[in-house]
Order: sequence, then C-alpha cells, then structure tokens
Amino acid sequence: MNLESLLQLIVSSSLTYAAPLIFTALGGTFSERSGVVNIGLEGIMVMGAFMSAVFNLTFFETFGQMTPWLGLLAGGLIGVLFSLIHAVATINLRADHIISGTVINLAAPALAVFLTRAIYGAAQTGPLGRSFGRSNIFLLHRIPVIGPIFFGNTSGPAYLGILVAILCWIVLYKTRFGLRLRSVGEHPHAAETLGINVYLMKYSGVMISGLLGGIGGAIQAQAIHNEFGILTVAGQGFIAMAAMIFGKWNPLGAMGAAIFFGFAHSLARVGNYIPIIQDIPSVWLKVLPYLLTIVILVGVVGRSEAPKDLGNTYVKSK
Amino acid sequence: MAQTANVIEMIGITKEFGTFRANDDVHLDVKKGEIHALLGENGAGKSTLMNILSGLLEPTSGTIKVNGQEVQISSPDVANKLGIGMVHQHFMLVDKFTVAENIMLGKEKHRFGFIDAKEAEKDVQELSDRYGLKVDPKAEIASITVGMQQRAEILKTLYRGADILIFDEPTGVLTPQEIDELMGIMKALVKEGKSIILITHKLDEIKAVADRCTVIRRGKSIDTVEVATTSQQELADMMVGRSVSFKVDKKPANPQEPVLVIKDLVVKEARGFDAVKKISLEVKAGEVLGIAGVDGNGQSELIQAITGLTKVDSGTITLDGKDITNLKPRHITETGLGHIPEDRQKYGLILPMRLEENISLQTYYQKPYSKNGFLQHDKVKEQAKRLIKEFDVRTQSEESPAAALSGGNQQKAIIAREIDRNPSLLIAAQPTRGLDVGAIEYIHKRLVEQRDNGKGVILMSYELDEVMNVSDRIAVMYDGNIIAIVNANETNEKELGLLMAGVSPEKAHEEVKKETGKESESFVESK
Repeated sequence: MNLESLLQLIVSSSLTYAAPLIFTALGGTFSERSGVVNIGLEGIMVMGAFMSAVFNLTFFETFGQMTPWLGLLAGGLIGVLFSLIHAVATINLRADHIISGTVINLAAPALAVFLTRAIYGAAQTGPLGRSFGRSNIFLLHRIPVIGPIFFGNTSGPAYLGILVAILCWIVLYKTRFGLRLRSVGEHPHAAETLGINVYLMKYSGVMISGLLGGIGGAIQAQAIHNEFGILTVAGQGFIAMAAMIFGKWNPLGAMGAAIFFGFAHSLARVGNYIPIIQDIPSVWLKVLPYLLTIVILVGVVGRSEAPKDLGNTYVKSK
Repeated sequence: MAQTANVIEMIGITKEFGTFRANDDVHLDVKKGEIHALLGENGAGKSTLMNILSGLLEPTSGTIKVNGQEVQISSPDVANKLGIGMVHQHFMLVDKFTVAENIMLGKEKHRFGFIDAKEAEKDVQELSDRYGLKVDPKAEIASITVGMQQRAEILKTLYRGADILIFDEPTGVLTPQEIDELMGIMKALVKEGKSIILITHKLDEIKAVADRCTVIRRGKSIDTVEVATTSQQELADMMVGRSVSFKVDKKPANPQEPVLVIKDLVVKEARGFDAVKKISLEVKAGEVLGIAGVDGNGQSELIQAITGLTKVDSGTITLDGKDITNLKPRHITETGLGHIPEDRQKYGLILPMRLEENISLQTYYQKPYSKNGFLQHDKVKEQAKRLIKEFDVRTQSEESPAAALSGGNQQKAIIAREIDRNPSLLIAAQPTRGLDVGAIEYIHKRLVEQRDNGKGVILMSYELDEVMNVSDRIAVMYDGNIIAIVNANETNEKELGLLMAGVSPEKAHEEVKKETGKESESFVESK
C-alpha cells in the first residue's frame, strides 16, 4: 500500500468514526451551554440509531439512495422527543440532571431492543436497506494530492458534521439566540432580570441536543454498523461528551476533539496497515478510545471552563 | 424642590412567604430628582420591597403607582419599560461576557438575529461618556475591577432607559475611593433628572448623599424623614427601634493571669513564606486584646495557628497552662477555646443544615447529645431552643436551614454555640463584618461580657473603630510581626493608622504628640 492510499484510508476511516461523535458532541455543547447537563446523550443516540434503522428498513424502496439521509431526520426527531423527557424532568420538575440522564440511558436501550424484538423477532434488525457508504465530496476531491486524501472515497456525514459545527459556532457566538443561550448557562438570574425567558432557552438547548444526538445515533447505525442492535451505540454518547469537554464547550473545539476520537477508533481498523503499530494487539487499539476518554475526563475536566451555572436547577422567583 | 411630583408611590405593600410577612403594609414615595434612602437592618425587608418594585417578586397586596399611574409590575421586563432599573448588590453580570455584551443582553443590537458588536460597543461608549461612568466596552467582566463592574451594572439600567435607579447596598464591595466615586456618580445622575432609591444600612452614606430617608423595621415602614434635619443617632434609633449606642459601654478591665501564652511563633503560609514571624504574645483573663492591622499582615494565619487550623512551624502556644501547639482543632477546642471564624458562612456554619444542628456542631458527640454513638435529637433541640432564646437569634424555627437566617442572626447563632461552652479564651475574627448597627452593638456587648466574666478575648478586626471601642489592649500587626502593643485608652486613630502602615512606634508616637490636642478633640467629636 503506498503512502497516499494509506493516508486516504486513515483520513476516511477517522472521519467515518468521527461523524456520529461530531453531531452528538455539538448537541451536548448546546445543552450544557444552556446550563443543563445531558448525560442522556447516550440513550438519545440509541433511540436515534433505532429509529433510523426502522425508517431505513421500511422506506428504502421508496426513497432509494436518499434513505440514509432521510433516516438522519427520523433519528433527529426521536432524539428531540426523548430529550423533552430530560427537559421536563430537569427544568420544570427540578430533577437532578445526572439522575434524569441516567434514567434515559437505562430506558432507551431497553425500549429500543424490546421494540426491535417485537418488530423483527430478533435482538438485531439485520442489515439495513441502504447505508451511507463512501463517496467523493463534490469537486473538492479533484484538487491534486490533498483532494483524493481528504475528499475522495470518504464519509459524507462527517463533512456535513463539519459544516454543522461551523454553523453551530456562528449561532452560539454571533447571534442573539446564542448570546442569550450562553447567558442562561452562565448566570440565569442576570438573564431573568433582563427579561430573557430562562426556561425557553434551556428547553431550546436541550431540544437541540436531542436533535443532534439523535442524528449522531442515526449516523452510527447507518454509516458504521449497518444495522441496529444493543451494541450499536455502546458508549459513543459518553465519548461524545468527553469530546465536548475536551473541546471546551466550543462547537469547533468539540468537532476537533470528535475527529481526534474518531482517529483513535480508526486505529483498530487500519492499524494493520501502519508499520509502527502493526504489532500492537488489536484489542489494545480497540480499548484506546475508551482509555483516552477516561484520561481526558480526569485530566482536562478540572482545568476546562464549564458554563458557570452548569447542572444547577433554576428556580424562578415568585 | 418642594412641590415635585412623586415618580414612585408604593401604597400598603404586603408580601408574605408562607406565614412569614417580609413586608407588612409598607408605604414609600419617591420624588423626581431626589436620592431617597431606604434604611433598615439586615432582613428588615428592604430587598423584598425593591424586588417587588423591579418585578422579581409580586406583592401579596398593595398598590404601586409610577408617575401617578397605577401599574402591575409582573416581570423585570415590565419594570424596564416603566423606566425602573436595579443595580443589584450581587452584580447580575456574566463573567465571561464583555461589558458591552452584558449591557445589551436582552436588548441586543442585531441585524437579522446576528449581533452587531461594533454598534453595541459604540452605544455603550456614548452612554459611558455622557454619564461619566468610565468602562471599557470590550473588556471581559472577569478581568475588570469591582468598581468598573458596578459601573457596567449601572450602565445596564441606563441603556434600558431607566429614570428610576435602585441601588441595593452598593458600597459593600467597594474600596473607600470607589465609594467616593460612586457617591459622585449618584449625585451626577440626579442632576441629569434621574431619581435614585438607595438601599443601605450605613448611616454615613445616607448623610452624605440622600435627600430623604424611609426607615423600615421588621417589615413595616416606620417613617420618612428629611436627612438634613435628622441626626445619625435618630436614624439609628428608628432603624433598630430602641436607643442604640455607638460607644461600647464597659467598665475598666480587671486583667488577671494570662490564659494564652504564645512564644516565638512562626507560621508559614501556603506558598512557604513566613506569614507570622516569631511572635510572642500574652492574653490575660479578663481582658479584650484587639488585633489591628491591614488585611494580609499575618492576622488570619496567627488565628488559624492558635485554633489549630494551620500547622505551626516553630514556637509554642499555651492555653490555660497546657501546650496546644499543633494539636487537632477538636482537642484545642476542648481545652477551652471558642472561635468565631472570619468567614462565618464558610467556616462558621454548614449553611444547608438545620440551625439546631449547627448550634450542636461543637458538642454533638458529647453526652447528653449523643449516647452510644446515636444522636439524642430531643437534647439537641432543647439546647438549640434554649440558646436561640437566650441569644435572641431571630429565625422561623430551630429547624430552618442556617442559610435562611440573616447575617446578624447567623453570627448570633455562632456566638451562642461558642460562648455556651464557657471557653477560657474566645477568639472573634471580624465578628461584625457586614452587620448592621443593632447586631454590632449586641455582639460587642457579648464580647465585653465574656471579659467581665474573667475570660480572655481576642478581637481581630480590620475596622479601627471596632478595635478601639471594644479592646483593652491593641496589638498592631504589620508584615507578620507585632509592631506594637498599645493601651486602647491611650491611643487614637492616627497613631494606630501609622503603626498599621509600618511606621515605628516611637515615630508614630512622636507624630501624634505634635497635634495631640487637636487630634483627640476631633476624634471625640466624630463619635
């Protein structure tokens, strides 16, 4: 294998694994910027993955190649619905954010597998109708040398994710909505005295996280596993949260961290072709992303700048 | 300005929280272009009243008129539209945002939802120039001084077109220079046609800027008076509801054997420097020893070493004849030490826990409050009830969380807990910080009472008045040393001030001698 095709393989493989993490980490960023901890992202991803698989298997004959893209919407929608549970529990009912998120993480896989069994008679859905596969990015792949490496035969959803990350950054830092959302995560009382609807902002943050987390799950099912089963998501939601923290609650940082985690994931797949790490047993490479997650959460969290009012319940004065 | 219209009229305002009446039939009227002070003790209901006016709380009953029109202020937004703006005691600013972002938040300059930062910064700069409130619109809040943060907070209300500004205890966090500046700003604002309500419990501030003053006591409005024709003493008496004395009433001390003997004490601070440098000191039974000094000259470390909260590097501390150097805090406490810590909310109380549990913190493990490792709740409650009564701690019940009490009552609870054990030495660090005249008077009385009962008392304070009023002897600390020990009745503010600045005792004495007559006279007059 020559250098160019090796690089091409590493890049495309990293991006493929990164795509679901990018979306979910962006989702987490919105939720936490509004002050709500959303460890329920794992469960939301599971529901997104499940829903997209069902959609994919039901409609692939109708929609053909468009199916997985539309499947993202299906996953995103169920994510929004599921995130509403978290929003109601934490914002209105003043539940502890971690407890509510844990409930979602416990309930989602149970519900999804139960429904999978009910519909398909097995714990997995079996292969999907249409998956994302690999594609060239329009025109860009024709650029000499870097074109094929970065944009040829690669992951479409990852590039969508990069675009969405830039969009999220603009929304958070350049718009009125973003300023208000961040103010609520930092100092909700100040926001309230200035006439900002704190609850509305928190709902927005959590629901956007549901949408993006659901899309993340849908990509996981349709681009990586090509089916839905209990092992489809397996901790990706937590890794996405680590990416969000590593990225300092900044959409672009979260995206970069997600790609880094995607690279760590891909080593298990492409490690065989890379001379130096060829000899490392693949089990270690598979463990690597999870290990990195722990190291980063322990090492970075303390120094990272979380939104100031993160995890507190806001009680309106009466 | 005899016949100016009222911009604000609050008529018969009552606000109930459960069964507790925070405001009870309160009346307040504010004229256009005046600075109207709202005076009351901590927890008297001033903030509640102002939160009602600014739309954060809704009154249980009563009417509010703004410019003669009856209004319902159901949210801060409505208050904004009526031209009412509040400068909060704890600034309502987002640390990570810039000054301009904080000011425009909720009323952003934008084009199709996109923030126009340049335009906002320009607007803020214009406002800042117009009212002489110097700020840097682009600076992040976390990186600017408290004074500038407050100016940003004031600009926030002006940006929203406020004509009536409420200042909630604005000087608590400011340096003396910043306070002077703020007073100037307030006068300038009134000249521009704004009206100001100043919430405070500091009498000298009212005397300095206010035109009229409404006094609130225990949720009720007592009276509204012209400041120019009312003395500080009258204001204080109205606020507390009885005659208050600024001067501590005490008999001459009757010092006996030393209870605390410190020899060559060295304490290192966190970074390894000597914070206390070979100090030797005695505190006798039956005297109050004051420790004066500018913040950060080793006073805190000295007290932490005596109480066992910090390791002693070298030297010895003897309490009641027992060596307590580097013993565990509980051991020292049991030897006979009471400690009123500098930061009552951090070290004195466990805020979310019940008042009765807080009162029991030093004794819960002893009989009769514990039996075989089990807490005896009835005994704990009994003790709490007795002390609450004896020390006049005002609380809804002994089961309320400590956080629900006002600062003065929190402090009373701590004092009750510490004095009740009858320690031979009581250390009070900054015991009256942030408290109002009534509470201060009470606490000083208790400290002197301990002394008269033949106990030793250490009073550490940054307030010169306090140290001079309560102490019998005063040790002045400078740069980790005790630079001088003087008798309280033989010194004055000037001498102490010079000593605190590190001037040698001989020189300080000389300086003061030069103008003794004049000095002591003006000193008496200011009381």
